Amino acid sequence: MPESTDTALTQIASRTDGARIVLDRVSKVYPGQDAPAVEEFSMVAEPGELIMFVGPSGCGKTTTMKMINRIIEPSSGSITIDGRDILSLDPSELRRHIGYVIQQIGLFPHMTIAENIAVVPKLLGWTKQRTADRVDELLQTVQLDPGTFAHRYPRQLSGGQQQRVGVARALAADPPVMLMDEPFGATDPITREKLQAEFLRLQESIGKTIIFVTHDFDEAIRLGDRIAVLSERSQIEQFDTPAAILAEPANDYVRSFIGQGAALKRLALIPVETAVLGAASAAVDHHRIATDDSLRDALDLLIVTGAPAIGVVDRSGTLVGSLTVERISTALGADATALAATRSDEGRLA
Amino acid sequence: MTPFDLAGLLTFWSRRWDDILELMVEHLVVVLISLAIAMVIGVVVGMLTWNKPIPAAIVIAAAGVALTIPSLALLALLIRPFGLGWTSTVIALTFYSLLPIVRNTIVGLREVPPSVLESAMGMGMGPIKRMMSIQLPIAWPIILTGVRVAAQLTIGIAAIAAYVAGPGLGTLIFNGLSSLGSKNALNFALTGTLGVIILALLVDAAFVQITRLTTSRGLRA
Repeated sequence: MPESTDTALTQIASRTDGARIVLDRVSKVYPGQDAPAVEEFSMVAEPGELIMFVGPSGCGKTTTMKMINRIIEPSSGSITIDGRDILSLDPSELRRHIGYVIQQIGLFPHMTIAENIAVVPKLLGWTKQRTADRVDELLQTVQLDPGTFAHRYPRQLSGGQQQRVGVARALAADPPVMLMDEPFGATDPITREKLQAEFLRLQESIGKTIIFVTHDFDEAIRLGDRIAVLSERSQIEQFDTPAAILAEPANDYVRSFIGQGAALKRLALIPVETAVLGAASAAVDHHRIATDDSLRDALDLLIVTGAPAIGVVDRSGTLVGSLTVERISTALGADATALAATRSDEGRLA
Repeated sequence: MTPFDLAGLLTFWSRRWDDILELMVEHLVVVLISLAIAMVIGVVVGMLTWNKPIPAAIVIAAAGVALTIPSLALLALLIRPFGLGWTSTVIALTFYSLLPIVRNTIVGLREVPPSVLESAMGMGMGPIKRMMSIQLPIAWPIILTGVRVAAQLTIGIAAIAAYVAGPGLGTLIFNGLSSLGSKNALNFALTGTLGVIILALLVDAAFVQITRLTTSRGLRA
């Protein structure tokens, strides 16, 4: 006799800063279809990790994600969260502990923003006061003023604001796991970039285990701790950090997904301070870049200004060195070597 | 036929004011009872069939066919099992109310965006909770529009219920028709007809208010 659903759910719910998710040979076969939509998918997501599923439409990435909260029931295989077999739990109760954000957002139009966010706390039987406090806290977290927005209705908000509410609503009961299905896909590029930056900052403080589905490889690079590049039937072509995938794509499929400009994309991931800087002099001080900007920004500045070298300043604004195209190129090479070294270390350990 | 005489009509009204008002109230009550019953049946049937294409099509078709049965014929058929009076009237009016209510319930529930349902499911609402706190409230204005149409329909049909000795303003109209040529025949018929029209306008105005008060501000265009 397995332990009761209650015990298992309490344990999962208590891991508010991320739980380990293990998918073991999970398949989904739809009746009347020969080929499985997802075939023998296995993966481990560590607590607090932000994992991106990237792949073309129809590759099964969304299906795979939706099996974790059982919006879609797996045909075979096992899924555990924090060691608990979720397929043996009550689906509705399980879902209250898994944040869920979808592209169309799906806010409830007849409820105010505050009521939307309070849905899961209410289902969990929180007191009025605790729920109200949590709603205020979450609205502030997603940078919406509670006084202004709590009592508005979804239709009175812009797309970007609605998606912020969607994220707040998913976080309401502080779930250990979040599932996000192209959450920023329907927003315009400027809003999307802003939401992505906010989301990254948010994840730094909340540290949930997040499965994030996207078809936008650049978004995957920007946000993910690790990226799973998926092809037909949700087969994993490569599962690694963004830097490693960009430096060493496993095969042509992954390469085609990265597209043009892999080096530029890698530069965007490397902060200026990791490069070996040249001497600081008044001659380079006309154009400045900060140490925590990316090498891509630095290169951009070099090209735009046409200067042979640009000045690097630290947070206090003091000039600490200079950068040239050569030095950026060297830094890119060093980054690849460093990656290869960690790789062989991991190989030895394994 | 006696010519129309306004002074006569006014005298008729002042003399029979009590009777007219009582018949009007009866008319309203029988309509409201029928609507309430039809609403319970119609909404439940709609909730059970909205996402099943074949049963939903059958229900709508059946309710549509039912509406084509002439009211006089239906009332005549009901006399045998249910006798004269209120019961037969309520059954007939309920019957005619079903189509707009069932159809609008199904349409309303279908118009809830799939993304809203999916997020409700993803947040851990079971099927009953989803229906009661998400689907019905969102479909509510459309369902209520169906009830409003049914109300207009049945206020008219209720006038014919006097044929089975039913309650309401139809009594006046039938009195007038059966005493053609007498002094008050036109007054009877005219009063009944005007009463029905006034009642229809009042009920419609009431529904506009009810819809406004019971629809979430988030759903208003």
